[in-house]
Amino acid sequence: MPDTDVDTFADFIATQVLDPWKGPKKVPAEEYYTSGHRTCQGCESAQLMKLMAKAGGPRSIVLGATGCMYVANTTYYSTPWAIPWMHTQLGSAGSAATGTAAGLKAMMRKGKMKKEPINIIAVCGDGGGADMGLSAISAALQHTQYNLLILLYDNESYANTDIQVSGSSPWGANSTFSPPGKVKRIMNRRWKKNTAAMLASGHPECRYVATVCTAYPVDAMNSVRKALSIGGPTFVHSLDPCPKGWDYDPMYSHELGELAVETGIWPLYEVEEGKLKMCGKSKRIVSGQFKRKPVREYLRRQGRFAHFTDEDIEYFQSKIDDMWEKWLIPGVIPFAAP
Amino acid sequence: MTPPDLAVAEKIDGPSGETEELISGSEAIAHACRLADVDVITAYPIRPYDTVMQYVSQMISNGDFDCEFIVAESEHSQFEIVKHASVVGARVFCGSSGVGWFYAFEALAVTAGLRVPMVAMVGNRALDDPGAFGVEHNDALAVRDLGWMLNWVSTAQEALDTALIAYRVAEDPRVSLPCAISCDGAFLTHSQTLVKVPAQETVDSFLPPYDRAEKQLHPDNPITIAPQVNEDWLMEMRRQNDMAMRRARGVIIEAYEDFNAKFGRSGEPFIERYMMDDAEIALVGMGTLAMPVRVAVRKMREQGKKVGFVRVRWFRPFPTIELQDVLGRVHAVGVIDRDYSFGSAFHSGVLATEVRSALYPMENPPKIISFIAGLGGREVNADNVIEMADMAFDAAGGGDINDQDTHWIGVRE
Repeated sequence: MPDTDVDTFADFIATQVLDPWKGPKKVPAEEYYTSGHRTCQGCESAQLMKLMAKAGGPRSIVLGATGCMYVANTTYYSTPWAIPWMHTQLGSAGSAATGTAAGLKAMMRKGKMKKEPINIIAVCGDGGGADMGLSAISAALQHTQYNLLILLYDNESYANTDIQVSGSSPWGANSTFSPPGKVKRIMNRRWKKNTAAMLASGHPECRYVATVCTAYPVDAMNSVRKALSIGGPTFVHSLDPCPKGWDYDPMYSHELGELAVETGIWPLYEVEEGKLKMCGKSKRIVSGQFKRKPVREYLRRQGRFAHFTDEDIEYFQSKIDDMWEKWLIPGVIPFAAP
Repeated sequence: MTPPDLAVAEKIDGPSGETEELISGSEAIAHACRLADVDVITAYPIRPYDTVMQYVSQMISNGDFDCEFIVAESEHSQFEIVKHASVVGARVFCGSSGVGWFYAFEALAVTAGLRVPMVAMVGNRALDDPGAFGVEHNDALAVRDLGWMLNWVSTAQEALDTALIAYRVAEDPRVSLPCAISCDGAFLTHSQTLVKVPAQETVDSFLPPYDRAEKQLHPDNPITIAPQVNEDWLMEMRRQNDMAMRRARGVIIEAYEDFNAKFGRSGEPFIERYMMDDAEIALVGMGTLAMPVRVAVRKMREQGKKVGFVRVRWFRPFPTIELQDVLGRVHAVGVIDRDYSFGSAFHSGVLATEVRSALYPMENPPKIISFIAGLGGREVNADNVIEMADMAFDAAGGGDINDQDTHWIGVRE
């Protein structure tokens, strides 16, 4: 880009240097998401909040869009946040991050505030991120002059309002807005949005987009750290097993996260400076070193799929097979190769 | 008798460094943003307010104004972005018109609920559907119950002055509420008049820097803002908003006194009284309606009819005391609404409903006749005003004018 924009270059405020942690023993003990919340037992989104706050550290500001991580986390007088936190509206994660970044940047440039890199993280659920807030997130990813991270915690339903389908819910999942009935077995006929790849491919100036899963906590934290230090607006999408919404015993949260990856339902990858890198088991799926487990193993563990017939499971499996065998970039970008 | 027209108000020497420029209401607001050293501005196009942002963006690209300028992807985002910028300590500005203002409605509600002291400009425009570019006041009036301070201006000069006053009042820790300045679409946003643009030093002496103090969101001050409070605390917080709006009245009076002294202006804050000293009936309205009304009042005065005009400048906080004072002395009041409130008491507009409510506790309240006129930017001319004034005179004289219903003026039936 020609150097004509005084604002972007002369007043550039660097990001914090957040090197990756090499293994769980290198992760510091300090917590910034602490006691005081009332999330469900086995809530992987709460786990993600804890990992995210740890990864960002004390010089961070967190903006939380309406959703589980707002309502269950911040009852007045008992906040779990040891770093500054502010609520934002359901569709506003992108705007909240942009506004916070713009405010700090203007104040620092004009000498109204001490210059320092401050991490800005806006978190939203799949309702806030993949549905209502999609346009604001898209806009945030275009404003490359601001350093910010949008973290989507995807528990695949509007879980805070009694489990209703979102654009990020799996095909056929039982929810209070898609209950199987006497005549219609499959009420949710939408296939889950491919949100991370959509945002990565639609915003080529965005320097970092990644998918993570809290079943792999160090990788998830390192993704957050890379997203915060690389500069510009970034996006991380996490799949968070949800005992209440998915209907399983809370003790299996970690296992279901692993199964989502091992069945190929949740591909792990990062797009850094325009270069795609498959991560973890997903990388080994692509290279043929790891054979995908049947989706039946994942689906049959969850009550939300209890109404599935063998035919439904076969359909689900065929869609996942397509994703890895027919997509232009397996697991990431659809369209059949020419 | 010489009319005490604000346009020819007694000459007071302006402070040094002031320049006089031929500019529109929108450009006047843009100058106010520059003079207030606003830090973050968001824009999204909708006519007629968007002309403000055309001037702002040109000032920035010319290097005359330093602020973060973000073209948002919707009005909702526009208002959410500045809300969050304000919470970290930045002075912010934003605006909209008509359905654009409504698209941002959720953000407008939380901005007031959070007591974010932003200043916004509404270029008043009729709501869709069916579409019209012209002025109606229903857009801005929709936030009247939420904790937004609201005012209507009638000239470009008043727009500039009021924007500076709005920042001082909104950011005052005794108030900490958002403020919207309503400018009639086209009639004010797009009409050029001579405007005194003050010098930076004068503005700096009047408007202190924005300081959120212990409410600033920053790693040095790791607070949690806007958690769920539920029935345990919500009512106390609503009460705090109520008290803030009550305190705003005194802070507005203080601000105008200081503003008038430093900028060499005159005029009382809440209402404009036009030929009201010996008036027997009064017309009441807001915004640029003042122009044809003043012409009609002068015409009627020439015929010996003692009519006056009260222009409501601040709608929130509502000038109950001033209106009781000035309207308590006349026999009949004709309230001209450039808005509607379908199904309301007497099928009146919003202003008439509020005026009736304000005057009800008085011992001998005047008769109140309500009118709806000039919707969608339709011209209200002097003849329309005389028609309304004559009806008010009729009511004052015990005539059989219906004060239990609302009269639509200039409408094809």
